[in-house]
Amino acid sequence: MIGEIITTLFSKFPLVGAIGAVAIIMAFSYWFANLIGQKRMGSAIAIVISLALAFVAGKTTGGAKGISDVTYFSGFALLGGSMLRDYAIVSTAFGVKLENLKKAGLPGVVSLLIGVAFSFFVGVIIAVALGYNNAVDAATIGAGTVTFIVGPVTGTALGASSEVVALSIAAGVVKSVVTMIITPLIAKSIKLDNPTTAMVYGGLIGTTSGVAGGLAATDSKLVPYGAMTATFYTGLGSLICPSIGYMIVKMFL
Amino acid sequence: MEIYGLGIVAFCMYIGSFAGYFIGKLLGVSGNVGGVGFAMLLLVLLSNYYETKKGGWSERTQNGILLLSALYIPIVVAMAGIQNVVAAFSGGAVAFLAGGIATIGSMLLVPLIGKLDKDETIE
Repeated sequence: MIGEIITTLFSKFPLVGAIGAVAIIMAFSYWFANLIGQKRMGSAIAIVISLALAFVAGKTTGGAKGISDVTYFSGFALLGGSMLRDYAIVSTAFGVKLENLKKAGLPGVVSLLIGVAFSFFVGVIIAVALGYNNAVDAATIGAGTVTFIVGPVTGTALGASSEVVALSIAAGVVKSVVTMIITPLIAKSIKLDNPTTAMVYGGLIGTTSGVAGGLAATDSKLVPYGAMTATFYTGLGSLICPSIGYMIVKMFL
Repeated sequence: MEIYGLGIVAFCMYIGSFAGYFIGKLLGVSGNVGGVGFAMLLLVLLSNYYETKKGGWSERTQNGILLLSALYIPIVVAMAGIQNVVAAFSGGAVAFLAGGIATIGSMLLVPLIGKLDKDETIE
């Protein structure tokens, strides 16, 4: 009977349950960060713990949506979904100074163009090196390397097989996960400590979830700047990968 | 009031996303092209305008916006929890190499392109 009531609680109030669970994860992470004398690592540790839980959940449930595939924690899909994420990201723009944006305008635009092209061609080269020799497959995997949304968009447009589309999504997810983990570690050495480099970083990496997570773990003041350029990245990628990108790949293969 | 702050952000998000979906349709790309970016830009313009003209929003209105930005990190933690981490690890060598090398390479480009800003001010 008690068990039944507890199950009811989790299925009736999924969002509240998820908020409670995140609070516990964060409390533990900040406690641990304090323990090892790295106060600022708190959110980075929380993100890594969440990723680890998502891995365990994915292994046990066989689903694609991490913790939210566990019935008790379905609220994670709502709390961590794109609606609330974007709502919160927009709010971080409050307090941003107009002159900082103007200063980073040109490098921001340049970083977007170079970022999409760079990721696409790195993906294409690696795909070809590992034996994906036809232009459609290589371009789809390259597009997945841009972000895990651009991959399937390009694959669908070019008529790639579902196996290749799945690979392209995996490449994008690797990028996003690697970004979340590595950013706080590498931030100092790439001078990621001011609004301009944050905007450049957002434009170069582009995966909104990776950039958001990585910057949140590095310095939350930089989040709005990185997020602002990153939000154009997937759109730009969906635009140029299946068109210009594919044509260039086709010239060589 | 706090709800005004939440409402201002909601308003910006709707206007920005409208522009994003509109551009997406014009370009023939499905989805929201830069909608969040437009929304943020709008919020920056609105808040800077109010700051200079009327001395900014009331403290309680600001609290509404600050509540949302304070929820940002917990939301990102929840977001990390719904990623398909298993797929990322099992995508094989192609996915791992392509995703990993592109990410690390892009990060190394950050200081190079960041310099564009300083070069401009020297000229």
